[in-house]
Amino acid sequence: MSDRLSVSIWRGAAEGRFVDYQVPRAESQTVLDVVTHVQRRLDPSLSYRFACRVGMCGSCAMMVNGRPRWTCRSHVAKVAPDGRLRLAPLRNLPVVKDLVADLDGFFEKWTEAGGRFVPSRTRDEPTAPVRPDSPARRAVDAGIECINCAVCYAACDSVTWNPGYLGPAALNRAWTLVRDERDGDRAGRLRRAAAAGGCHDCHSQQGCAEHCPNLLSPTAGIAGLKALTLKAALRGAL
Amino acid sequence: MTVGLALAQRLSALVMAPLVLLHLGVMVVAVQNGLSAEEILSRTRGSVFWGTVYGLFVIAVSVHAAIGLRAILAETFRLSPRALSGLMHAIGLGLLLLGGRAVYSVVAG
Repeated sequence: MSDRLSVSIWRGAAEGRFVDYQVPRAESQTVLDVVTHVQRRLDPSLSYRFACRVGMCGSCAMMVNGRPRWTCRSHVAKVAPDGRLRLAPLRNLPVVKDLVADLDGFFEKWTEAGGRFVPSRTRDEPTAPVRPDSPARRAVDAGIECINCAVCYAACDSVTWNPGYLGPAALNRAWTLVRDERDGDRAGRLRRAAAAGGCHDCHSQQGCAEHCPNLLSPTAGIAGLKALTLKAALRGAL
Repeated sequence: MTVGLALAQRLSALVMAPLVLLHLGVMVVAVQNGLSAEEILSRTRGSVFWGTVYGLFVIAVSVHAAIGLRAILAETFRLSPRALSGLMHAIGLGLLLLGGRAVYSVVAG
């Protein structure tokens, strides 16, 4: 095995090209380590985004050999056993520069889907009792650990084909709030999920679930939203 | 796709599924018994039952296929909602007319 990695990195914005670099291999090396080596040792003009380096903040996601991944916890030995890395900014998003994608649209859709919690009680009222083993809470727990890394959004072909589609992360967030018994805007969220660009634009291809670094299944949440919105439509409650 | 279109597509699928099975079953029986086209038409002509079965099937297909094709057109050509709606209605009406003509020929022609 070579002691060097062949790394090809996208340079530029929408227009640009892949530039090749040689990076020394290291033990337990992550893809983020590789990018950091290039920026600090080979080419300081390289732009990329990261913060926590431990899989908490969701900043460092990019396309690694054609697949969206969080790079801080993607080990080179696992994702590029042949020693070749091709790194590009996240798919389905405009490119700012090099490996930095513009996430504005992603977060705007998150808000549009009703991502903000709306309390149903004031701070003067007692805290709502929530049973951890209730079916609703279990459904919320299954989808709550999203770090908004946009990996699912980049993996989603429905987003590619239909730029108006809210996407897996936004709908997963809406689903966790719809099933949250403390939330005060269930009807509004269902209305937004039922509209064009909402949950019924999902083709259930499960690219989101396949690539989610936290092993969530936004597809399952979207399926839940589909069922709830269809029931609500039949009842005339939308 | 809005929830209204999704609902119409699922309900039309619900109608189509048993009718397709019934149609396939009838075809197998008709072929096994060696019925000629003339003998089949003699049974379907004037039949309210077969008229209802195939009439319902044509309506369900027109709704289901038009909505499905609308989704494909939307994702392939990025058309405006108005153009998509126009194409969806045109496809649905076309299928309804073609299918309706076929049902009329089998049941009343």
